[in-house]
This record gives sequence, structure tokens and C-alpha cells, in this order.
Amino acid sequence: MQKDISKAAAPGIKAEIDLRRRPRRGEQIIQSTLWLCGLLSVLITVGIVVVLFFDALAFFGLDEVTLAEFFTGTAWQPKILQFGLFPLFNATVLTSAIGLLVAVPLGLMIAIYLSEYASPRARNLLKPTMEILAGVPTVVFGYFALNFITPILQGVFGRDVVEIFNVASAGIVIGILIIPTISSMSEDALSATPRALREGAYALGATRLETAVRVVLPAAISGIAAAVIVGMARAVGETMVVAIAAGAGPRNFSAWGDALSGLSFLNPFKAAETMTGHMVRISGGDLSYDSIDYNSIFAIGMMLFLMTMMLNLISRWIVRRFREEY
Amino acid sequence: MNNASNGKYAAEAHDLNIYYGSFQAARDINLLIERQKITALIGPSGCGKSTVLRAFNRMNDLIPSARTTGDVHFHGKNIYDRDVDAVEVRRRVGMVFQKPNPFPKSIYENIAWGARVNGFKGNVDDLVEESLRGAALWDEVKDKLRQSGYSLSGGQQQRLCIARAIAIKPDIILMDEPCSALDPIATLRIEELMKALTRQYTIIIVTHNMQQAARVSDYTAFFTVKDDRTGYLEEFGATKEMFTSPQSQVTEDYITGRFG
Amino acid sequence: MAGDMRSNDGFPQGESYAGFVRKRRRVGTFFRTLFLLATVLGVVILAVLVLDVANDAFGYVAIQNQVAPESLAEDLEELPQEELLAILTANISAGRLRALNAQALVAERSQEEVLALVVSEVVRPKIVESWSLAESIFERARIEAELATIPNAVLEFKAWLNWDFITAPQSSDPTSAGIRTAILGSIWVTLIAFLVATPLGVGAATYLEEYSKGGKLDGLIETNINNLAGVPSIIYGMLGLAVFVRFFGQITSGVVFGAADPSTANGRTILAAGMTLGLLILPLVIINAREAIRATPRAFREASYGLGATKWQTTWHHVLPNALPGILTGVILSVSRAFGETAPLIVVGVSTFIVVDPAGPFSKFTTLPVQIFQWTARPQEEFQRLAAAAILALLFLLLTLNATAIYLRNRFARRY
Ligand SMILES: Nc1ncnc2c1ncn2[C@@H]1O[C@H](COP(=O)(O)OP(=O)(O)O)[C@@H](O)[C@H]1O
Ligand SMILES: [Mg+2]
Repeated sequence: MQKDISKAAAPGIKAEIDLRRRPRRGEQIIQSTLWLCGLLSVLITVGIVVVLFFDALAFFGLDEVTLAEFFTGTAWQPKILQFGLFPLFNATVLTSAIGLLVAVPLGLMIAIYLSEYASPRARNLLKPTMEILAGVPTVVFGYFALNFITPILQGVFGRDVVEIFNVASAGIVIGILIIPTISSMSEDALSATPRALREGAYALGATRLETAVRVVLPAAISGIAAAVIVGMARAVGETMVVAIAAGAGPRNFSAWGDALSGLSFLNPFKAAETMTGHMVRISGGDLSYDSIDYNSIFAIGMMLFLMTMMLNLISRWIVRRFREEY
Repeated sequence: MNNASNGKYAAEAHDLNIYYGSFQAARDINLLIERQKITALIGPSGCGKSTVLRAFNRMNDLIPSARTTGDVHFHGKNIYDRDVDAVEVRRRVGMVFQKPNPFPKSIYENIAWGARVNGFKGNVDDLVEESLRGAALWDEVKDKLRQSGYSLSGGQQQRLCIARAIAIKPDIILMDEPCSALDPIATLRIEELMKALTRQYTIIIVTHNMQQAARVSDYTAFFTVKDDRTGYLEEFGATKEMFTSPQSQVTEDYITGRFG
Repeated sequence: MAGDMRSNDGFPQGESYAGFVRKRRRVGTFFRTLFLLATVLGVVILAVLVLDVANDAFGYVAIQNQVAPESLAEDLEELPQEELLAILTANISAGRLRALNAQALVAERSQEEVLALVVSEVVRPKIVESWSLAESIFERARIEAELATIPNAVLEFKAWLNWDFITAPQSSDPTSAGIRTAILGSIWVTLIAFLVATPLGVGAATYLEEYSKGGKLDGLIETNINNLAGVPSIIYGMLGLAVFVRFFGQITSGVVFGAADPSTANGRTILAAGMTLGLLILPLVIINAREAIRATPRAFREASYGLGATKWQTTWHHVLPNALPGILTGVILSVSRAFGETAPLIVVGVSTFIVVDPAGPFSKFTTLPVQIFQWTARPQEEFQRLAAAAILALLFLLLTLNATAIYLRNRFARRY
């Protein structure tokens, strides 16, 4: 032992020590490489924006297309060069709204149950189930809409009322599909509220329900709002379910009066192709570049991108703006 | 060989001020660390002992909000100069932490790794043995060098961390409450080890155990805070003197247990 | 007087108090049950989804032979190879025989192979009607009645998901259609997505967690990644179509590598699709990897820096190995997302009909989800059943992937 320590002494009695910074090429190269990896994600966004705007501009630059018609026209019929976005947009809004009608109450109730009522064991069982539901590919949900929900709707409301392809069944299944999104984000928001808040309510003699609904829920409302908006963005962007079950052609109207008469644009039991559904159908065929079809789906894609981006930004803003200070 | 490396002091802190964001954690710290002696930093919790200790190997650089002004002279250079490499500083100023933190690797690898990344070209087996002997751990682990560092007891883990630190042949070893997670017997062994290490190394130890400071250290620096929670050096001197005849009332209150 | 004061303090008393409490209890129990039911409904939906698919993927089929086997021989299966050969040559055209011989001399094939040929070329069984599992079990009588109306038909219980289905290539005939081409395509595409997204994603995550100093640009990268995770997958398809298929078509088609014929090749290949999905899952990989990296105890980093290690040495030797199980889990979950994607691949341009196995990154391809979509989109019931069977296969593969993720996480979970 003595010997070893004396051996160790040698470098301890210092030779000249230089603390100065030395260039570490390898480190610098690695750092730059990693930085480029991060930057790539920005390039993806730039790429998406450029690609969509470039081809959308090409679309709007065509003589056959006018911005005014795009935003006010009531029929989307490329074959006869009618490019009014409304039928597609309307179907997207309809399916998303039905989806939210299903998903918001269910998702919220599940979130409240998991965060306020469930025992840890029940939670450990139920949460993975929600995750599995979230992991099922959307094409499977499409099959489910067409082969399960639609027959049920037809059975309930009658085959003459409910078409094979219809907005309602796609919307309901979209709702199922976004339940996990809404419930898990809402649950996070609910569980993030401090214990003290709950205890304060209990101490005043509030029941569990009153505590959950009147105290915890309002405290977490911004997180829940953000969850609903993210769910909305998912619903708007959802593709396979609507491509399979909602309809294989736009629900066109000859004029606004036609659309509004009897509120036929709102009928959930008739077929209507959504923005995403149309994009899939058009690109499923052999699409030749620089055709009007090719450019048109980029214009629709740009609208879709703007819509979802806006929703995501709003959700983020809500979270930041109304972050609870506990 | 330059003056600083042969002088009486291994390191000197001059007018150190350390901030976390806008909060000042340490004010105007002046400390002379004598070579091959043990300097203890004591004081109530939250008075900035760890913060000051970590200033000696620029560990605070790793905390984004931390900012340091003032000098720490080491080998004739202010380690906070722009042209100094924090990595080089840390390679010369080893550190042992409050909670034993071996790497999730074998005992052997725990020691060999630091040497290897610092470009050690000698015989690694010898270095491992030598370091483990230096940390008084060799006899206990020589037959299980390939086992995980986490198979050891807490006290053994801490000595492994010391062995790991001395394997890279630092000048100074910083220890931040190295015994606070250990039982009394393991603590005693580490204290004996520290004394043995002073034949080779300069040690700065943070402890909030007064007896420990009195037992092992040659010099004691007493830190405390006032209402602004900014730590400052209340008294600094030879341990014997400070514990027998403290200069300041605050120190006396603390040492005698009337405070903190 | 005192009693008066109490009854006037505004709170219910006595019997009305008891009633009030009972009502609050009832309301509480009602909503508690409601919340529980909502949660159970989530589980039920998942079960119903799987059961519905399984229900469609098994059941009786009515098979109508174009030529009754009894008219050929008493028991085909017992016949020796030569006699089967004779039946075959007598019943098919000379051209068809030449085509078969071109694949492999028919005369030299085994008894079983020739038997299979006789069935597929001469007997030509055709599924003319099919029933779901539930119908097969509970409505046997109705099925028998319907069968009686179909001339020359026999009833047979068919598992649409069977080994032949998994190993057979795509076909326009529902009796012989399989998903091998689609599974191989899926594996190829997912593999490339994995190869693209893993290094880039882990690299970006490492940068953001270990290197970023929180500057403006770093903040932009961070916000951007979160936003990208919310972009609909079909938009990635458009990006892939415009960039990988069209702009880099020379590369993705393999023409520049001399791997494809320039006159016919285009960029609608496995490579373009895989890279598209790679970008799609990149934000997911980054977000998951960041979490795993962040979970690495500070103590390891401090110990490493304390020994004079550089940032990269610390990251490479301590942080990443420690985060590896978490990163792996995240990567597998992201990859299983890629495995189930449909829309972006349709936009990028899968082949609608392809019977040859993909041979490499420059091949045309289809994938399992796309195959499911194409079958689901066809009105005939048989194709719905094929879709159901393919869905079961898809769900099984995804379950395997996810189970692997969980296994890896537990297997490599660090014990310290
Ligand atoms: N990473 C940090 N960020 C912000 N404040 C810190 C950080 N670390 C320590 N502090 C603050 O600095 C002061 C001194 O801390 P520390 O040096 O750990 O004290 P001691 O080791 O004497 O207990 C305390 O008030 C503590 O809250
Ligand atoms: Mg401390």
C-alpha cells in the first residue's frame, strides 16, 4: 500500500499544467451535426410551406380558377372546372363537429373518472387501454365505420334515410378516434391541479362530484380547452376514416340557396367527401404532375395545413396564456 | 515549474460572487486553499457552501442560470479567464458528490473510464489497483472488479467514487458532504481515508457536521447568510483556533450549536 | 329563542337536511356511475372493434365449382400424379399448358402440386357467398336455406386469415389473394422510416437536451417540433410527393444509381415512401427521445463532467446509454405509427396492384394498411372479408411491435 501511494505521487507533483482552451475538432463537428439534426425539423416545416404554397399558387394562377370562386363557389367539380371549396370544407366541418360531439363529453368524463375517481389499480388497467385505442391505425377505424357503425345507423334510422357512405358514421368514428387524445390531455390538466385545491373543497363539506366538477374542472379548464382544440385539429386532418366511410364525391350544390334550403348541407346521413378524403381519392388515381388535379389537391392541402396549424397554435396559446399559477 | 504550483496555496479564490439568475448565492468570497491540507467549508444549509465548492472546478457552468464573477487562481491562472477550458480544470480538480454516484458500469470500468477519456495510455489494470488501494477499497473488491459499482454498499460506493477521482491524478479533490448519506462506521473510514489522501492531494470538503470538520480539517471556513439569503464568509482560519476561540459571535453560536 | 336562531341560520335542518344529504349522495352516485360507464365504454369500443373484425374474418362460405370434381374423378386427392396430369392436360388450353410448363415442367411436379393445379385450373372453385362468424354460429338454418338457392355450391367454413393468405401474393381473385407483397412492402417502408428517423431524431433530441443554450433559434426548433407533431399525416404525403417523388425522383427511383430503367422508372418507390414516413415520425421520435434523455439522473452527468469529460464523452458514454431503453421504446412506438399509416403513402403513390415481392428500396410497393384500404373500398363482400383478415394480421403485427417495446423497456431498464 505504501509503495502504491508513492507510485501515485509521481504525476501529482505537477509537471507544467496548461489549463488553456484547446480546439476540440471532434466535439465541434459533433455539436454542429446534432444542431443540423435539430434544424432539419425547421426545414421540414419550411418544406411543407414552400411545397404547398408553390403548387397552390400554380393552381390559383390558372385561368380556370379564381380565388373568389374557390372561397364562395358551392360546387367542386374539376371535370367541369368548378372549384368551390365549400362542399369539401363543409364535409370536413360536419365530420369534425360530429366527432367532437362524441369525443368531448366522453373524453372529459373518462378524464374525470381517471383523475378523480379511479383507484391506482383501475387507472393502471384503463390507461393502457386508451393507449391501445390511440394506437389502432386509422384505416382500421375506417373499416369499422363502414362495416359496423353504418349498418347500425341504417338499422336505426332506416336504409332509405342513411346512405351507405354518410357523414354521421365517419364523424362518430372520428370521435372514437380522438377520445384518447382528449381524455389523456384533459386528465393531465386535471391531475396537475394541486391537492390543496381539492382539500380546500372537501374541508368545506363538498362531495367528490362537487369538488371534481365545481373546483377541479374550472381550475383545469385551459388545459381542457387546449385538449379539445388539439382533438379538433386531429379530426380536421383525419383522412382514412372519411376516405372510406364518408363518401366518394363532394356533396355539391347548384347555388347557396340550394345548400341552405332545408339545411341540406347539414344532413349527416348523406354522403359528402371531405377535404382530406378528396385529396386521397385524387392522388390514389394515377396523378400526372402539373395537371389541374395535382395542383388542386395542393391548394386544398394548403387550406388544411393552415386550419390545423391555426388550431394547434391556438391550443398552445391557451396553455401559455392561461397557465394556472398554483 | 512556476511559482503558483510550488507555492503554499493550491488554489486561491478572490472576490467570488456567484449568482443564480438574479439571486446572489455567494458574496465576496476570499479563500486560500493550502496545499496538501484539508479545508472544511461549514455553515447552515443553503448558505452557499456547495455553490462555492463547485466554483473551484467550474461545475456551476453546467447550470444555465449560474454566473460567476471574481477569480479562482489555480496553477497561476484564473480558471474563469476566457481562454481557460473548464474541461481541463475539472480534470485537475476532482470531485466527490454528496450521494455516491458510481456509473452503472463495473467497478473496474468506473475507475478506468475517467482515465481513458483523459487520454491515459499506461497500464489500466495497474491504475485501477493503485486507485482502489489509494481509496482503501482494494482488499474489499479485488475479487469482484467486474461486478456493477452498484453492488457495493453505500460507504464502498463512496470510496469507489474517491478512487475514480484519484485515478485521474487531480491536484485538488472537492468533496460535497461525502458522508451525509453514510452510516457512522463508513463515515469514519472515509475520514481516515481523507487524512491519508493529504499526503498526495489537497482536499476541500463541505460538511454540515461540526465534529467532522473538527476531526479532519486543518482549516475551516464558516459561511452563513443574513436576511438576503446571500452566503458570505463569516470566518476563516485554522480549525483548532476556530473551534477553541472563534473570532466572531456568529461563529461561536453556530459551533456551539446555538444556531443553525 | 335559541332554537329560532338555529333554524334561521339559512341551512336546512332536521328532516329537510337529511333529504338534502340524500339528494347530494344520489347525484354523486349517479355521476360517478356515468363517468365509470364512459370509461368502460372506451374499453368496450376497443373490444367491439376487434370482435367486429374477427366476426367478418371467419365464417361459412358457399363455394361453387366451375367444374364439379366428381365429374373428373371419384376422389381427386387419391389419384396418382399421372392421372391428375392427364386430367389437367385434357381440360386446359394448350397455351395455358405452355405457360405452366414455362414456370416449371408440369410433368415433373409432385402429386400435390399437380393436384393444386387441377383445382385452380380445372375445378376453379369460386366463393359466391359468405357469412360472418356470428351468422355461421347462430343462423345456420338461414345459411342452409340460402345455400340451397345456389346451384352446385358446397358450404365450407373458412378462416379468411390463414397461412395461405399471409404467404400468398396479391391477387384480384379473393379466393387466392394474400398479403405477402403488402407485408413485405410494409416492412421495407417502415425499415427505411426507422433508418431515417432514428439517427436524426435522437441527434436532434440530444442537441436540444444536452447542447442547446436556450437561444432564439433553439426556441424556434423546439416550438417547431411541437407544431410538426400536430400536422396531419396527409400533409407529409404531399411533402413526400413534391420533394422525394418528384424533385428527387432521379434518386428515389434509383436511376442515378443505375438501379432502374430511366425510361419507365419514377420516384414512387419504397425509398420515397420510407423517407416520407421517416419525416412523419421524426417529431415523435424527438419528443420521446428528449423525455428519455431528460430522465437520465443529473448525478451521472455531474460525475462524468467532474472527471474532466467533455460534453460529447458525457453524452455518448453516460447519457445516451442510460436513455437507451426509453429511446428504444419511443422509437418502436413511432415506428408502429409508421407501420399503420395509410394516407401519406397513397398520396406519395403506392402501386394499386402489384404481385411481385419488393426487391429493394427502388421497388414499387404496396403496404398492409393500403391493401386494407383498397379492399375496404370495394363493394363485394369477399373483399371486405379479406380486409378484415388483413386487419387482424395488421393488429397482430402492431401488437408484436409494441410488446417488443415493452419487453425491451423492462429488459434493459437500468437497476441502480
Ligand atoms: N441550481 C440552482 N438554481 C437556483 N438556485 C440555486 C441552485 N442551487 C442552489 N441554489 C440556491 O443557492 C443557495 C445556496 O445553495 P447551496 O450552495 O446548495 O447551499 P448549501 O450547499 O450551503 O446548502 C440556496 O439558496 C439555494 O436555494
Ligand atoms: Mg450543499
